Amino acid sequence: MVVQALAFYLFASILVLSAFFVITARNPVHSVLFLILSFFNAAGLFVLLGAEFIALTLVIVYVGAVAVLFLFVVMMLDISFADLRKGAMQYVPMGLVIGAIILTELVMLFGAWQFAPGAGQNLAVPVVELVDVTNTEALGQVLYTNYVLAFQVAGLILFIAMIGAIVLTHRRRPGIRRQVVSKQQAVRGEDVIEIRKVTTGTGA
Amino acid sequence: MIGFNLIPLLPEIFLALTGMGLLIVGLNITKEGRGKEAAEIVSWTSCASYALAFVVLLGISWQPQIVLNGMFKLDQFAGFVKLLILLGMMTSLALSVRFIKDEGFARIEYPILITFAGIGMMIMVSASNLLTLYMGLELQSLSLYVLASFNRNSLRSSEAGIKYFLLGALSSGLLLFGISLIYGFTGSIDYGAIQATLMVLQDIPFGVTFGLVFMLAGLAFKVSAVPFHMWTPDVYQGAPTSVTAFFALVPKLAAMALLTRLLFEPFSALSEQWGQIIYFISVASMMVGAFAAIGQENIKRLMAYSSIGNMGYALIGLAVGTQMGVSALLIYLLIYMVMTAGTFAIIMSMRRDGRAYENISDLSGMSQTNPVLAYCLAILMFSMSGIPPLAGFFGKLFIFEAAVAGEFYVLAVLGVLSSVVAAYYYLRIVKVMFFDEAGDAFEGGLPFARRLILCLSIVFVLGFILKPGVFIASTQGAVAALFAG
Repeated sequence: MVVQALAFYLFASILVLSAFFVITARNPVHSVLFLILSFFNAAGLFVLLGAEFIALTLVIVYVGAVAVLFLFVVMMLDISFADLRKGAMQYVPMGLVIGAIILTELVMLFGAWQFAPGAGQNLAVPVVELVDVTNTEALGQVLYTNYVLAFQVAGLILFIAMIGAIVLTHRRRPGIRRQVVSKQQAVRGEDVIEIRKVTTGTGA
Repeated sequence: MIGFNLIPLLPEIFLALTGMGLLIVGLNITKEGRGKEAAEIVSWTSCASYALAFVVLLGISWQPQIVLNGMFKLDQFAGFVKLLILLGMMTSLALSVRFIKDEGFARIEYPILITFAGIGMMIMVSASNLLTLYMGLELQSLSLYVLASFNRNSLRSSEAGIKYFLLGALSSGLLLFGISLIYGFTGSIDYGAIQATLMVLQDIPFGVTFGLVFMLAGLAFKVSAVPFHMWTPDVYQGAPTSVTAFFALVPKLAAMALLTRLLFEPFSALSEQWGQIIYFISVASMMVGAFAAIGQENIKRLMAYSSIGNMGYALIGLAVGTQMGVSALLIYLLIYMVMTAGTFAIIMSMRRDGRAYENISDLSGMSQTNPVLAYCLAILMFSMSGIPPLAGFFGKLFIFEAAVAGEFYVLAVLGVLSSVVAAYYYLRIVKVMFFDEAGDAFEGGLPFARRLILCLSIVFVLGFILKPGVFIASTQGAVAALFAG
């Protein structure tokens, strides 16, 4: 138990600290690196909870794809983050007020929290017996059966995201030479190579 | 797996398959260098597929049934609203075909996105689980964000898309937060289980009310009810007019139906709590809709405020919380949809020298230059402001009748007062058309689809008084299903 508690406090404190550095770091590349660190620590917390599938998904999806994409954007695009932040300071007081209100509400909510009488029974319904099954298997068993509709609709949403990205950004640029393999192969030597006799002394 | 039966989902499955198929077909036609033609072919085929889905929907049984592990429910209410959604999709796509061609952004993705937005809306209406609700909502919203910025060469259109996307994402966040609280409290995301859990409670604890408030805030954004309406005027103005027409016709109907089912099925035990919230946003929407529209110069912005106000009237039906109120809500939305379709058919025809005009002052003296259009718009505006014996009057009449029957007198009085204020700006359009000095005529005439839709809309508005019973009976039948279980 002590090891677990130690691990929890280690992951949790690094998570909070790195999340703090994400928003305070001056250099955007550092921000993204701290973001990656906080993802890893969140994944550690999930492992402690016994949810190894979510932990691994977090690492693969968020660290492997999302954060690296951020890093690319930050490094490739010439965005001056200092300029972006210039006007932001004037909104800080308002933001703090709203944040404080929501925080008080949440604390009040937490203080008065109680579960509904039937909540335990309701929770028990979708869970597969977790005796000999890893939680990846358990997820797989319900994902493609009980939740097949949500799964398919999620597929449609991703499909729309793809169409949307292409519609909004793809431009057909004129004057670009594209590789067309069939054309390349259809080229015959006599079409492109011209052999000229150059008499000695006349070449430039 | 429990309740595996795909029959109730047939219209959605059919639309999804045709959507994907048409994308492939359209891309192949585009590849042959016939891009403009491809957009037209795919649009009309999509229209036909909506009509087919309509027939399929009529063909399957509407006896209440919950399938796919309680995720999806088809009953008379869902069936009726889905018919309206399909009609709205057909109308707005038919209105768009010529417009997107004239404006030079005719691409095959336009009808495809409308198809998928429609699938999302149909799933929303049938949602019987908070997960399905969210999935449907996101499918619809994501398609709408892309549609809003579809004319990517126009700065306004891109701005509208970005604005809509950011605020929409925020509202989805609020909605999800609310859902997580509800899940935390009841331990379930299934409508039936939530209802059963909440039914037995003696007093309603803080947590569940909190969750409900967040969910309502997220959904109020989707129906653009005050105070979550800020995006509406900018998005309506910035988006291409054909997309604005689609926004005005369909998504609000779907969101309103989703809200209705949510409030009357899982949260029926909390009617005291949500009653107050709906009461407030209804009054606020009517007032803002009426007063903020007065100073507008752009007709699309005006329609945005008009839709905010109209959602306020529709919400009265919910606030009343009776079967009569909900059936009045449905019939109100139906009438509003028909009037808006006609109005947008005219707005899209405001073209001169190959450019679209959208200011109210551009309409001046239209009674001399384009008399037919002017008279049609006048009829629609009279109907919108609720002058008897036109259809718009009956929509408001049923709503106020329900409010009075439910003893919500203050709400009814406020509704009547704000509709008097709103009448001012509707009638101002009539005044500009008939009494101001004539400008140049609008050119190009009316393409067939627009003319047909305008005619149908006018016939409906004028003829509603002759046979109101048909519509009343069908909405009452639809709503009875909601209150039966």
